Amino acid sequence: MKVLVTVKEVAEVADDFEIAGTEVDERYLEYDLNEWDDYAVEEAVQLKENGPAEEVVTVTVGPERSEETIRMALAKGADRAVRVWDDALEEPDILDVETKTTLLEAVVEEEDPDLVLTGVQSGDDNFGATGVSLADELGFQWGAVVNALDYDEAENVAHVHRELEGGVEELTDIDLPAVLTIQTGINEPRYASLRGIRQAQSKEIAPKSLDDLGLDAGAVESDLDLTAMYEPESESDAEIFEGDASETAGKLAEVLREKGVAE
Amino acid sequence: MSDVLAVTEHRRGELRDVSFEVITAGRNLADETGGDLHLAVIGGDTESFADSLNREGVDAVHTVSEGEEFDHDVYTQAVEALHADLDPEVLLMPNSVNGLDYAPAVANSLDLPLVTDAVGLDYDDGLTVTREMYGSKVETTVEVSGDQQAVTIRSAEWPAAEGVGDAEIAEFDVDIEADDGSVVTGFEEVGGGDVDISEADFIVSIGRGIEEEDNLPLIEDLVEATDATLASSRPIVDNGWLPKNRQVGQSGKVVTPTVYLAIGISGAVQHVAGMKGADTIIAVNTDPNAPIFDIADYGIVGDLFEVVPELIEEFE
Ligand SMILES: Cc1cc2nc3c(=O)[nH]c(=O)nc-3n(C[C@H](O)[C@H](O)[C@H](O)COP(=O)(O)OP(=O)(O)OC[C@H]3O[C@@H](n4cnc5c(N)ncnc54)[C@H](O)[C@@H]3O)c2cc1C
Repeated sequence: MKVLVTVKEVAEVADDFEIAGTEVDERYLEYDLNEWDDYAVEEAVQLKENGPAEEVVTVTVGPERSEETIRMALAKGADRAVRVWDDALEEPDILDVETKTTLLEAVVEEEDPDLVLTGVQSGDDNFGATGVSLADELGFQWGAVVNALDYDEAENVAHVHRELEGGVEELTDIDLPAVLTIQTGINEPRYASLRGIRQAQSKEIAPKSLDDLGLDAGAVESDLDLTAMYEPESESDAEIFEGDASETAGKLAEVLREKGVAE
Repeated sequence: MSDVLAVTEHRRGELRDVSFEVITAGRNLADETGGDLHLAVIGGDTESFADSLNREGVDAVHTVSEGEEFDHDVYTQAVEALHADLDPEVLLMPNSVNGLDYAPAVANSLDLPLVTDAVGLDYDDGLTVTREMYGSKVETTVEVSGDQQAVTIRSAEWPAAEGVGDAEIAEFDVDIEADDGSVVTGFEEVGGGDVDISEADFIVSIGRGIEEEDNLPLIEDLVEATDATLASSRPIVDNGWLPKNRQVGQSGKVVTPTVYLAIGISGAVQHVAGMKGADTIIAVNTDPNAPIFDIADYGIVGDLFEVVPELIEEFE
């Protein structure tokens, strides 16, 4: 079987930062592989190493810069990558779920995977909706927030656990083809080995424009308009201890004694 | 067509808190759109659920008697059918794990713009949603175009609706097409084990700020010196550094100690869900803007690797 993994490059904001208009000023951003996607990549690579999967392909919607992140996924064992980008995608401040669904659907139609793995959400805009939306569009089965996956090759069924709130997991059997959104903790993502990093250099990252996917600019018109970004006002009335480490620790210790929890 | 339809949620025979929060969010919004607030309750003991949901401000409760527990195929079809019937302006759903398992499918099928994890809603000629980005470091407002929209709301952001209403309660008939391509086979409790952190009086909780497993003994020394109970945020458990029964949060345990000392924890909403009930919250974090300081009573803006050894010394 073939596994397609959505891989997103997410921006992380430094502790101190400035906002310029409706964006965090570029100087304060660092880019990394989305935490949840890291687990999805690992799950796919393990499916390949353990037999059932023949090929693991990643798909990213992102500008050329994101190839650095894509190489990381390739270094961890994905076979090749597709990267979708188009000047028309520079425009909107946020890509809405519908746009991502449309773009990924076009790639799924070309690649024809049996299983699509996405992260539960992305660490920057945390919509948490693309995987299920994509499944609905494709007519695939789906499961959201999956933290255990056991694929039964004979039955072509994924036995999954969905992690609900409060320490309860739901056990579900999902027929393939399916889209699963992967939760952190499902596995232990590997570090890219030096050998993997070297090999990744020669793996294919296929760029695709809207045109290549048979879409036009209308496909990426967003219903969402980001109109403001600001630092949330803190309603905190926390007492912040001032001083060096020993002074602040001393005050903290005092509070702990006062509350009667430590002597 | 300026009504609001809000979908409620239940599990194992009980309505979940977010069901009452979505009423408050929905009522406020319906006041602004000038329409009615309709609720949907799908599956389980719909009759008794409908009675409990009949709170002040609810105009109608539509019950769909189909199945006991959540099934995304049933929810998707039922909500779509109700939406077609009521033609509301805004469709509200919980941003819960199950919400995320059907809301995107509903929005996609109905071709509605979707905004998830709303922390604020405003309607004035059109819908504006407030939401966070970058792990709560910034807040944004998003204007949503189109005549109809779908939104999922973050739990615990709106107060639970109270009072008794005089809603019309009616069974809504939907022909659910059976789909056995995905079948729920059961539930499993996880995170039991030796220690019950929910009983602890003083919790020292550690987050990703600890950086490596090798740094854990430092915290264990503090725990020993103060006779505290050790807990953690999710990444520590995901990394396998502590067992699942130590995880505090939405998908972990809810704790209510006298003191919760959060060390190197940012205070993501899913973490806070598990510890905001502590009497006194103290945070140690290098980032003065970390969201944990918003709920802390006391704080140290500083490096845990400097503060914790000093703190251990205080108690040795
Ligand atoms: C469906 C779902 C369920 C989830 N359930 C849970 C849950 O139950 N529990 C949970 O905790 N999370 C949960 N999460 C994850 C949650 O969103 C966050 O990713 C997680 O809580 C972050 O953990 P953290 O604060 O330890 O790490 P980070 O967010 O990485 O924060 C680390 C903090 O440490 C500080 N720091 C770094 N170095 C130092 C230093 N030397 N000294 C002091 N401070 C330092 C940083 O400033 C930062 O604030 C869930 C997520 C999803 C999507």
